[in-house]
Amino acid sequence: MGEVIKVGMADLKTCSGEDAVTTLGLGSCVGIAIRDPATGIGGLAHIMLPDSTEIRNNSNRPKFADTGIEDLVSEIVKLGGNRSRLVAKIAGGAQMFAFGSKSDMIRVGERNVIASKQKLSDMKIPLLAEDTGKTYGRTVVFYPKNGEFYIRSVGMPEKVI
Amino acid sequence: MKDLNMEELTSQYFDVLKELGNIGAGNATTALAQMIGCKVDMSVPQVRLLEFKEVGEIVGGEEQIMVSIYLQVEGDVEGSIMFMLNKAAAAHMVNKLMGGMLGIDETNAAEYEFGEMECSAIKEVGNIITGAYLNALSGLTNLKIYPSVPQLGIDMAGALLSVPAVEFGVMGDNILLIQTKFSDDVELDGYFILIPDMESYERILMSLGVM
Repeated sequence: MGEVIKVGMADLKTCSGEDAVTTLGLGSCVGIAIRDPATGIGGLAHIMLPDSTEIRNNSNRPKFADTGIEDLVSEIVKLGGNRSRLVAKIAGGAQMFAFGSKSDMIRVGERNVIASKQKLSDMKIPLLAEDTGKTYGRTVVFYPKNGEFYIRSVGMPEKVI
Repeated sequence: MKDLNMEELTSQYFDVLKELGNIGAGNATTALAQMIGCKVDMSVPQVRLLEFKEVGEIVGGEEQIMVSIYLQVEGDVEGSIMFMLNKAAAAHMVNKLMGGMLGIDETNAAEYEFGEMECSAIKEVGNIITGAYLNALSGLTNLKIYPSVPQLGIDMAGALLSVPAVEFGVMGDNILLIQTKFSDDVELDGYFILIPDMESYERILMSLGVM
């Protein structure tokens, strides 16, 4: 059994071998899991906001979909992953509270998902599966070795995508 | 909008928030005691500025199931406000509120399923508590603050906290948490998060003479 490495909010971590990466209680944030299937090297980013260019305090790169994905990819490559073989799965982006869409902040989950997909497609990383939207939180565990992405929510059976 | 940054908030401002927490919690305990019909104590609140990574652990783990009340405020101060407590504590409070008719005790509080009536009751508790804090803030600052209808969320702490965290995330890399312990015959940990937008922050600080 490998180790399960925890990824906090606005954070990213990579791993290889039997190890897994996990992030607990994703709400409107999105968990982006990327791996190189041939080497089993991969990682997970927990992003909070869609776009670093919209915000002035943007030095915390893993906080944003665009810079978070860029950094995750370069970390995986640094660890020995092949840039051209990378594939992705995403989860999260829920709307936890149902306010009338007075502000953009309320729809941030949806915007996070759109921005994450856009960035992946810009970087030509295929998105293999997703479990996004809805109104509940998710805990995810990603095994880069075989690409299994486990999703747990309150009161629901565990899912694998 | 001036370049006010969360990280630059002074310790003086913390003291102000703590005082606000004190008055708010004081008001809330009085209101709660009246509603529940028994004595409720509270401890001095802690005000903490936390990194996003740390928030989950503070409230007992990201996967801890929490009940939270979230509402938006308008008027001189715009922003949102969240109050959360763990599910067992919420079940206990609802049980008290209903005169013990739900039969909840320490053994089954965490697993108790919230129905429509329980949700409505806990929303009312949340309303009273957030109202008490908002009154304290409004009283201290002389600013007009109008709360919206509260929304209820029961889910993992991390998921619920992501909502205010995102709002703070626009301004900086930290989240401001006011923690208060309420106790009657059991201890209830309540967490209170106030997220004014940056202009409102300035307005609050100015009214309090901090800036």
